[in-house]
Amino acid sequence: MKNTLKKITFENILLGITMPIIGVAIYMIFMWVPTEQTLGISQRIFYIHVPSAWTALLSVVIVAIGSLIYLINSNEKWDSLAHSAGEVGVILASLTLLSGIIWAKPIWGVWWTWDARLTTTLILWFILVAYLMLRSYAPTGPQGKRFGAILGVLALIDAPIVYYSTVWWRTAHPGMNIGPLAESATLDSQMYLALMVSVVGFTLLFVYILKERYNMKQDEKEIDKLFTYYG
Amino acid sequence: MKSYFNSILTLLWKDILLELRTKENIAPIIVFAGLVLLIFNFAIDPTPVLVAIVAPGILWTAFTFSGVLGMSRTFVLEKDNGTFEGMMLCPVSREVIFFGKMLANLSFMLLIEILIFPFFGILFNISILIPNLILVTFLTTLGFSSIGTIFSAISVHTRAKEIMLPILFFPIVVPIILAAVQSTSLIIQNGTQESIYTWIQLIAIFDIIFIVLSAYLFQFALEE
Repeated sequence: MKNTLKKITFENILLGITMPIIGVAIYMIFMWVPTEQTLGISQRIFYIHVPSAWTALLSVVIVAIGSLIYLINSNEKWDSLAHSAGEVGVILASLTLLSGIIWAKPIWGVWWTWDARLTTTLILWFILVAYLMLRSYAPTGPQGKRFGAILGVLALIDAPIVYYSTVWWRTAHPGMNIGPLAESATLDSQMYLALMVSVVGFTLLFVYILKERYNMKQDEKEIDKLFTYYG
Repeated sequence: MKSYFNSILTLLWKDILLELRTKENIAPIIVFAGLVLLIFNFAIDPTPVLVAIVAPGILWTAFTFSGVLGMSRTFVLEKDNGTFEGMMLCPVSREVIFFGKMLANLSFMLLIEILIFPFFGILFNISILIPNLILVTFLTTLGFSSIGTIFSAISVHTRAKEIMLPILFFPIVVPIILAAVQSTSLIIQNGTQESIYTWIQLIAIFDIIFIVLSAYLFQFALEE
């Protein structure tokens, strides 16, 4: 016990960096950043909503990359990475949808509207859920892993098509304020800083949880091996 | 090259022959699709004004549901009769098996749609002999059959079997269902050619991407 506490691992360092940043982000969101003029206090959910959406998207990309590499070289580590990212991704996508729904009710007057980005997020959520269901219903062993990997690759190729088709269909989501596709730099500098700190904090937390889940998968595999060996 | 196409056609002919002899697949699904149209009539109770708005959605709901039902059986017979291994042992590449199965699904679904269209036209009082509508139906069904074939090869090996296919299939095909409904409603309401072709292009792009991807990924779905 004493030894494990003293050990300085990658995970411990990551956690040591992540936690203060998350703390600062929470302080900035609730105390420091000015309240938005028209949207009022509800706009503060934006500092949670955007980072969780970003990390959810990141996890879909990691699922697809891990899946593709697994299909090419059959190295189980990539499959574990993809599976872990899928599990974390479902939670982050749910958080994105929930925080959006809570915000939409006072501002738009409805919980949900069939806007392009909302629809795309909901479809991605369904794809991630389908991925996890497939992983648990598919046969154990390499065949089930390949099934998951096929879905992982198809999902990432599908995501942009889903997005563009729904943009052509209809759009009501607030425009992009930051990033290369932003129409104009309308975000206040203090708000921008709070958002960036929150995004960095969320991303580091995502990497930390992903790494821990990945490690756990390796342990699960060890246990499975012992079971098959000793019956 | 000739033997490549011959092998695909042989596989397609095998499925058609099987269907001609058993008649297990197409007939029940046509009845099912008709029932979907009937139930929507009760659920929505369309007035002449409302029909033009809701009919495309009803039509594509009937087609997707009956399509997914039919495609879920693509590999069920192969697995039940133990002919899956026989098919794998054929001295042809995996793409040939994929295209054979995909063409079988495509032709079954098209046949169902051809038989359902007049029924739909009568029930909803809509003229159906429009070239654009036929093009949209063909392209969308092509996309459905490519995705459906690879996912049915996957779902037949899962524990949930039949229910797994729609769960995998629907989220991925959302863009073409959307495009098919939008273009159908533009066609019915005499929209501009330009706006119709925007959606048809989207369906065509989706088809190309997913036929290529599914044909490539299919080999991984077959390995034991």
